[in-house]
Amino acid sequence: MRPKYLVGILCIASVGLVASIAAQAQTSSNSATPASHPPASQQSPTALLPPKPQAAKSEAPKNSPSAAASTTSNAPAGSATVTNAAAQTPPTLGLGADDGGRMADPELANQAGFPHDLYRWVLPVDNLERPPAKIGLGRALFFDRRLSADEKESCSTCHDPEKGFTDQLPTSMGIHNQFGKRNAPTIINATFNILQFWDGREPTLEDQAKRPIQNPIEMGMPDEKTVVDKLKAAPEYQKAFMEVFGHAPNYDDMTRAIAAYERTQVAFDSPFDKFMEGDDKALTDQQKRGWSIFNGKGRCMSCHGVNPVQPMFSDNRFHNIGVSAHNKDFVNLARQGLKIVEEGGSAEQIDKLAIQTDLSELGRFLVTKEPHDIGAFRTMGLRNLLVTEPYFHDGSQATLWDTIDHYNKGGVQNPYLDGGIVPLGLSEQQIDDLVAFLKSLTSPRYADAAEHEFAAQLARSKTDRPQRDVDAATGQKGRNDPNLSGPFGDIGPDQDQMKEDPALIGGN
Amino acid sequence: MAVRHKSVETKYMEERDKVLRGLRGLDRRSFLKVLGATMGAVAAKGLMPPHSFQLITLANAAPDKAFETKGMEGKRPFSFAYISDTHLYERTLNQRFVRAAVKAVEDVNALDPQPDFVLFGGDLAQLGRRAELELGKQILSELKAPVKMMVGEHDWFFDMGQTWQEFFGPPNYSFDWKGVDVITLMSVHEKDFWTPLKMTPEERMHTVAGLDNGTQSRFMVGEDQLAWLENDLDKVPHSTPLLIFSHSPLYKYYRPWNFWTEDADEVQEILRPYARTTVIHGHTHQMLYNQIHNISFYGMLSTAWPWPYAPEGLPPLTVQMNRADPFDQFDGLGDGQFVVRPEGLVDTIYNLWDRNPVTVKASYLTSRGRVDKPSAPQFASY
Repeated sequence: MRPKYLVGILCIASVGLVASIAAQAQTSSNSATPASHPPASQQSPTALLPPKPQAAKSEAPKNSPSAAASTTSNAPAGSATVTNAAAQTPPTLGLGADDGGRMADPELANQAGFPHDLYRWVLPVDNLERPPAKIGLGRALFFDRRLSADEKESCSTCHDPEKGFTDQLPTSMGIHNQFGKRNAPTIINATFNILQFWDGREPTLEDQAKRPIQNPIEMGMPDEKTVVDKLKAAPEYQKAFMEVFGHAPNYDDMTRAIAAYERTQVAFDSPFDKFMEGDDKALTDQQKRGWSIFNGKGRCMSCHGVNPVQPMFSDNRFHNIGVSAHNKDFVNLARQGLKIVEEGGSAEQIDKLAIQTDLSELGRFLVTKEPHDIGAFRTMGLRNLLVTEPYFHDGSQATLWDTIDHYNKGGVQNPYLDGGIVPLGLSEQQIDDLVAFLKSLTSPRYADAAEHEFAAQLARSKTDRPQRDVDAATGQKGRNDPNLSGPFGDIGPDQDQMKEDPALIGGN
Repeated sequence: MAVRHKSVETKYMEERDKVLRGLRGLDRRSFLKVLGATMGAVAAKGLMPPHSFQLITLANAAPDKAFETKGMEGKRPFSFAYISDTHLYERTLNQRFVRAAVKAVEDVNALDPQPDFVLFGGDLAQLGRRAELELGKQILSELKAPVKMMVGEHDWFFDMGQTWQEFFGPPNYSFDWKGVDVITLMSVHEKDFWTPLKMTPEERMHTVAGLDNGTQSRFMVGEDQLAWLENDLDKVPHSTPLLIFSHSPLYKYYRPWNFWTEDADEVQEILRPYARTTVIHGHTHQMLYNQIHNISFYGMLSTAWPWPYAPEGLPPLTVQMNRADPFDQFDGLGDGQFVVRPEGLVDTIYNLWDRNPVTVKASYLTSRGRVDKPSAPQFASY
């Protein structure tokens, strides 16, 4: 794991560790601190989890981390009531056949590459329990079109399970046939994203679910109350919410249920995961070459990092890779953006800017207002790419060959281009190998659809390559600036070929 | 005197152990304290939505009412930009440094409003070759604002400054700019070590370009130039703000790497009567700043590669920047600006590539760190 990400995980882990240690230190007193998770937004004072229907006090095992975490989960945030944590049976956090039915699809938990330890840390403290009833409620809400203003869009409209939980459109379409500015990311493995959305403007799945429902272009509901009123008007939801949460429907609980369902959509069952588990025959020779390029000359690993502890193919950071610089007058956009966001923005305002305006191209900058985030977007994972096309935050690239051509030529030059984006000098064979490797990241449930898509993209790659620029990729061409007597191209050292230290060659 | 200094790794592990040890056996009150500190640390590491905009707005500082002090009425701050330590090889040999230098030129050209002038901080070439200096000259000629050149050791020791002086004029000079006396020094002279060893120019250059070798001498301003400096300052009243450009730091930071000026004490002595003096230096390729008596010192960033911090001698006022990402060819590098306030003290903006800019104010240095502390870096120093 690269040092910087380790620090990030260490910080999150250490805060959780602090919380669990504190919980153990206080058995009978009220642990009122909403300790385990930094952002305050998900600590809803109104969400009181009901006590388990058990008469007898049972001793909570002190040593298991799940017990420690559960004692904090059963303590309501900010509540003054004394809760004896030991009185309630802690829900297990383990996944698998003996999960006690905690996951709606237990077979998902038996995946080759599933990161059990990491899964524990990504669950927010007020939504740790995932009984089948909650997941069922969440699934119902996920597919329910009544949550939109014209009753035609649901979460699943843009996050369609059959389409890898995306809509396979460049940018998503919402109510009244309006198009937004961003490509719909997949729900699969989204629970492992440290921040949600392309620009990381919401930290958890619960918070993410709130945004599209109220976005005027997406699902178009005017406010939370309208949504809750609709839920209250449906007797099946009245019943389900009462059963799961112990009270009438409310907005935060709705998002908790949706998030609980989304957390069941994980995929670590691809041929690559089996290969990592030790099955040498899971990848073809071409895919193995692609894996070698991924780690080496392709430089993919520097942002799309993967290892057995953190098999996410993402560093969870934000990089300007030059996609937003394709067609826009980028520097002027940045100046405009500086002016607007200087006046401060609420979550709703930032959400609107992100989806509806040209400023959407500024990405993470809209959230942090820091200049090095201009045009920066989250590193997305690479699983199931062949069912989540088209690619990048604006869905501008239709095939995997286009995306690799983009990286191969060193992205599109702009003042904020991430320093890790350099021309790669990959040959055609190496690009084919790399795509073959990406294909090996497909889950079995999407294998057929992926084969179709791969064949289509492969055929297209022979004839239609709009992003390809061999001169730039091989360092023959620099920037397209007529004022500079170029070329000032560059190319990183070819690890396969390098025999002499460049530093010793100079000065003859 | 043996000084046992701890490695960065040791310091990090000790700090980590301390934190984890402290977490055990907590009562409620201390737990909340630690929690607060942890969450603060998490926030400081950028895991929560941050902070301020002021770093940017300072770059385009309009005349500020707060600057109006007695005797300064009507005087405005002025700013100049810098590009430093480009270490260019010939274009075909190492194009990465070329690309970085061009990136810096683009950054400075994109500034609005344009700075008064651009300081080049030294080490234009890597091995002092004519082709390298020519390439650098060509790249810097793209700058819109006028350029003030300063020489570094990598430019000098191949032909003892012949080509440099042909292209860029004398290595030390002075001028007045809006009431500030600006002096550029050639502070990388070395005592002749090459003649006794019968070195060729190439060998001499390679030796000076190296580190941790005892063969080369320490940098110095030299007696002749010290006399020149004294003479030059003769007519300058002590109330005039001074701006000294120097490639070596003009103080003693770390000897084995020549982050060091041998006659620093003499230079500081000459500058002592001037209450508002700022030294701006290159060579160290890192965010670095210091205050010694009346002199504020600012180190400039490089465009070529970042140096780690030396194991000892780091000025306590410096807030270390975090370690560069080896995959990112621009991390830890950049260019920057200096804003000269009406009273003659200098703030700086480190325009770090791929990181957020960092502002260091004169008030932080002159108050010896009591006010206006610069922001902590986004990631740990190690």
